[in-house]
Amino acid sequence: MSEARDRILERLRANRPHEVSVPLVYQKALGWDREQCIASFSERMQAVRGEVHRVGRNDWVDWINTEMASRHMSRALIGRSTIAERFAAGASDALELTCYDRKIEEWKDTLFHEIDFSITGSLAGLAESGSLVLWPDASEPRLMSLVPPLHIALLDADRLFENFAQLIEKENWAAGMPTNALLISGPSKTADIEQTLAYGIHGPKQLITLILE
Amino acid sequence: MNQTQEFHHRIDDALHNDQLRRNFRSAMSGVMARRADQFPDDDQLQALREQAQTVRANSLVRQPELLERLEQKLTANGIQVHWAESAEQANTIIHGILKGADARSVVKGKSMVSEETELNHYLEQRGIEVIESDLGEYIIQLAKEPPSHIVMPAVHKNRFEVAELFRKFHPDIPYTDDVDELTQTAREILRTRFANADAGVSGVNFAVAETGTLCLVENEGNGRLSTTAPRLHIAITGVEKVVEKLSDVPPLLEILTKSATGQPITTYFNMISRPRQPDELDGPEAVHLVLLDNGRSRIRVDEELLDTLRCIRCGACINHCPVYVQLGGHAYGTVYPGPIGIALEPQRLGLDKAGTLTSACTMCGACGEVCPVKIPLPKLINRLRAEAVNKRRTTTPLTGRGSLRKPSEATIWKLWQQLNSHPRLYRLFTLAATRLRGLTPGKLGAWTRYRSAPKPGSRSLHELARQEGFSHE
Repeated sequence: MSEARDRILERLRANRPHEVSVPLVYQKALGWDREQCIASFSERMQAVRGEVHRVGRNDWVDWINTEMASRHMSRALIGRSTIAERFAAGASDALELTCYDRKIEEWKDTLFHEIDFSITGSLAGLAESGSLVLWPDASEPRLMSLVPPLHIALLDADRLFENFAQLIEKENWAAGMPTNALLISGPSKTADIEQTLAYGIHGPKQLITLILE
Repeated sequence: MNQTQEFHHRIDDALHNDQLRRNFRSAMSGVMARRADQFPDDDQLQALREQAQTVRANSLVRQPELLERLEQKLTANGIQVHWAESAEQANTIIHGILKGADARSVVKGKSMVSEETELNHYLEQRGIEVIESDLGEYIIQLAKEPPSHIVMPAVHKNRFEVAELFRKFHPDIPYTDDVDELTQTAREILRTRFANADAGVSGVNFAVAETGTLCLVENEGNGRLSTTAPRLHIAITGVEKVVEKLSDVPPLLEILTKSATGQPITTYFNMISRPRQPDELDGPEAVHLVLLDNGRSRIRVDEELLDTLRCIRCGACINHCPVYVQLGGHAYGTVYPGPIGIALEPQRLGLDKAGTLTSACTMCGACGEVCPVKIPLPKLINRLRAEAVNKRRTTTPLTGRGSLRKPSEATIWKLWQQLNSHPRLYRLFTLAATRLRGLTPGKLGAWTRYRSAPKPGSRSLHELARQEGFSHE
């Protein structure tokens, strides 16, 4: 290993400060039921211009077909998950489907410039902060939820947690993290010019969460 | 010019720039109000601060072990770890990685540590194109200015100034000073850059030792793009950013975003633990982490100064500082401005280089009250003030101790000490000061530039008290 490493560690070991003994009690069990979780999630998401709709488990494909037609969005990006299969099976003819089935290097320009919206699933939702939790993988790659101007995420109503701390603990995240884990709380935004909030800077301009019940 | 004269010069410039002061006043008022809205219950706020303080403080206690564990975990995950003692070393390492991968263009996510190492300049000199992708950072890169705030780098510019910059650098795009349109313009300009860059460089908000995870907090998506779209990702961070467990992250994340910009959470919280795996279709094929010391391990030696390293770079101290709001960030002349800058920079650079910053503090205590990890900033600033004029030998790791000591000032305080510890001398002094008050000088240096000189009363308080019949003084 490098000399810089050894010297830095040696300097750090030269002094061992006293341990702070305040007990760690960061756990805010709110005791929310499903409806309270959905209400809080929706309120938070809408406060940052995220759209939330409650849809039946078998109705979401139709919902997207109708809604995208009325918004004049036609070029859809899907992955290779069961969600993608279900959507491909029921997608309206007006939509032009692109499947993320190649390495990014092979089609970067198309992805960046010729897709209107993407459809992905989500691992969970966080009620208190209004966040979607995604673990992108080979069947739903990382850029799907980032590059298209509109991202539609499906969220199972049974997968709502009160907050991030609860999710990490209940699902034992410490046992193994994926390549990339994400919390997404609304469409991309910035306030870098005069502290004025503007949406749609680098990521999606719109984020739609479909809560499936 | 010495450091104090240079600082006064910059202060003078800042105070005479009305536009700048209006920009800062309006921005800071807004962000203070938004933070306050996030903490309606003071008990909960204090409990969360204790929590965040504990996590950070205990991470520092176990820092060497945690860094080794982090390195081991990251390496096992396929992320390569590099150690740099100085800014120069960090830049050399990053340039080496880029060169080895034949990467000629870089998109950057926001990173204050890379400001500290002046990475952009270093890479540009070696023929590598660097584009800042955070909107604020992009604006100041066009303006060729350093950030004036650690969270809101372009806070000193108003939209007309931004519009002018865009017109100058992108004359083909129609002029607009509408914030939404300017944002869309930036989106289009930078999108092509993201699609074509060879490498992404980012900072790190928390590095989790337990799982080998790099956490990034952001709103724009540029951080995610920089760390996902190019084939190579290099992260750079200070050695103090390591935390022990994944469960340490939620309290820090919550108090960071609420304290920084008054948001319950940012749009994106991005946790990276591996480069692209064989079956995955995007993400960088190689991920590197550069751990920078640059004076941090030296600070650690002192139990009191150590607290400086708890900082999670939220900028709340800056937003609440009555001096910063008048001056703006550039007047400080250092990478980190405001209270955290006053505490950190003299330690990092030496009191002989930046000790004069400690004078830019009214000791009002606002910074210490809002700090999410309870860094006693006023106490640290006071300590550094004393160290800057103290020549006695101690074991502190500070360089440039006593460099601001002035013989005249030292003599005055010596006299003051004598007067106040010798009752007879004190009585003689008050007698002289009251009876000879006509001789008080009318000009008292900087004090009388904007104020009239104080004049002693005709009788001392002791005398007046005796007149009123108080026998015990």
